[in-house]
Amino acid sequence: MKKTTYLLMAVISALFVLSWILKAGSLSGETDNYVIQGFLITFSAFLTLSVLSFLYADNPLYKFAEHLFVGVSAAFWMCMGFWTTIVQNLIPRLSDGLSSFFEVPPQPGDYNFFFFIPVILGILLLMRLSPKGGWISRWPLAFIIGTTAGLNFVRYLRSDFIKQISNTFVPLLGTEWQGIGHFFSNLDLSASGQLVTMAANWVIFLGVFCGLIYFYFSKEHKGAFGAASKVGIWVLMLTFGASFGYTVMGRISLLVGRITFLFRDWLEIIS
Amino acid sequence: MNILDKMMRLDRRWIFLFLIVVCVVANAVEFEVPILVNREVQSIYDFIDSLPPDDIVLVAIDYDPNNLAELHPMTFTIVEQCWRKKLKIIFTSLSQNGPGMTDQAIRDITDSMALDRTYNGVEYKGREIVNGIDYTFLGYKPYFALIILGMGQNFRLQFPTDYYGTPLDSLPMMRGVNNYDDIACVMDISGGNITDYWISYGQGRFDFPLALGLTGVMTAQYYPYLGSGQVFGIMGGLLGAAEYEELTENPGLAKDGMRIQLPAHIVIILFIVLGNIGFFIDRRKRKQEGGVQ
Repeated sequence: MKKTTYLLMAVISALFVLSWILKAGSLSGETDNYVIQGFLITFSAFLTLSVLSFLYADNPLYKFAEHLFVGVSAAFWMCMGFWTTIVQNLIPRLSDGLSSFFEVPPQPGDYNFFFFIPVILGILLLMRLSPKGGWISRWPLAFIIGTTAGLNFVRYLRSDFIKQISNTFVPLLGTEWQGIGHFFSNLDLSASGQLVTMAANWVIFLGVFCGLIYFYFSKEHKGAFGAASKVGIWVLMLTFGASFGYTVMGRISLLVGRITFLFRDWLEIIS
Repeated sequence: MNILDKMMRLDRRWIFLFLIVVCVVANAVEFEVPILVNREVQSIYDFIDSLPPDDIVLVAIDYDPNNLAELHPMTFTIVEQCWRKKLKIIFTSLSQNGPGMTDQAIRDITDSMALDRTYNGVEYKGREIVNGIDYTFLGYKPYFALIILGMGQNFRLQFPTDYYGTPLDSLPMMRGVNNYDDIACVMDISGGNITDYWISYGQGRFDFPLALGLTGVMTAQYYPYLGSGQVFGIMGGLLGAAEYEELTENPGLAKDGMRIQLPAHIVIILFIVLGNIGFFIDRRKRKQEGGVQ
């Protein structure tokens, strides 16, 4: 490593220790374990700044923070899976001895031979790690894919297809249409009024219709068909624009969260 | 090189730096941003406000700490509103990194509940929130689709014990509470695709009232479900949380965050406008020079 790299690491380490001491000092009257709390807050701030440093350029500090996050998340997930599913859900239904070993209450009433099937499938899935028996893991994988596909098929058909299609069958004149004379004599411009409802229903109808035309490729997009297709593009662009706007808001919100943490919890500049 | 060329070749790191400086300055300056409440947020507030005491709300905290900044304010406001109105809450946390964070949030809100507060002109006395009486935290289990389906039959099927290891039947508020038929609504506060499963496997199959609190990135995607009546309300991002804080008169991190959001958005809009002006002027110039058709 270069001399400047050593120097930079020494400066960062010194700043970290200084921050830890100062933070622990400021917490000493508030909590008993102020040394650990001071370390945790300083380490969080260090990781936040390490990740933000990627905005300047890729660097070892960013890589450290990224790898730490991936490693800790994977380990945490594995431990959670083991203790919440295998220990809490499966073992009490399989064996009294194992239940007492893991100190979870057994459920004798729920004892069922079928609970051994996921155990066998789970072991078969681990055969993927074996160089020769790796093909066996395809059987439980096929079971997972099959059941997931079956469940999702019904799910999408009901909530994302049929319900959404039925929602586009809207009355274009509104539900309270009593003739054009009644409409103009009772003209209501409020958000829940008949005019706005009619306009909203027309937007839904034309938006869906023109959007579908844009994705119809068996006819050349010319003339009236082409015009409808162009309206469809506009509808899509507006949708993407709204989504992008929300995305920007979401990303800035995360920045707000980190800035609040740095300036309130770490530096204590704002209250 | 004229100013236009300089702008078009501006290193993006200057934009990042400028944005961070604006956010930091806005954080330091005290001012209030007016909040206008949308209908989809108002409907959630009205629904919860109309529930009688002792009704049960299932609050699904389905996000990881990386979405904490956006979604935590929603959790804090809604849970406090429920408890001030003496509603009971079943918490779940179907996101793998979420249970510890959820447990901490419950403790923080419990502390807040010990204080006397006045919201919307109504005085609420501080009270102790007790695990098993005012709330049950079921915790985390993987494969959320199966968990959501299983809870439709019986909460005990997937969660024989709560997060702290207590059997559900030992908790007073869970006696006689078996599945979604025994709760008033589900409030899913989510930072991932778990929401899809609450809509289709949960609401679609068991037909309970469902409201969503979503990250900004996800919100636009879920509006069709609002139109079709599959969900009765949506809170979108930090703005949605700020609207809810406005409705409950319980200002927190979301309303505070709006002070930073506003100037940050103005800066981004300015950069988008400037970038587009630069792009069109550049294209026109190159057309005139015959470079681009």
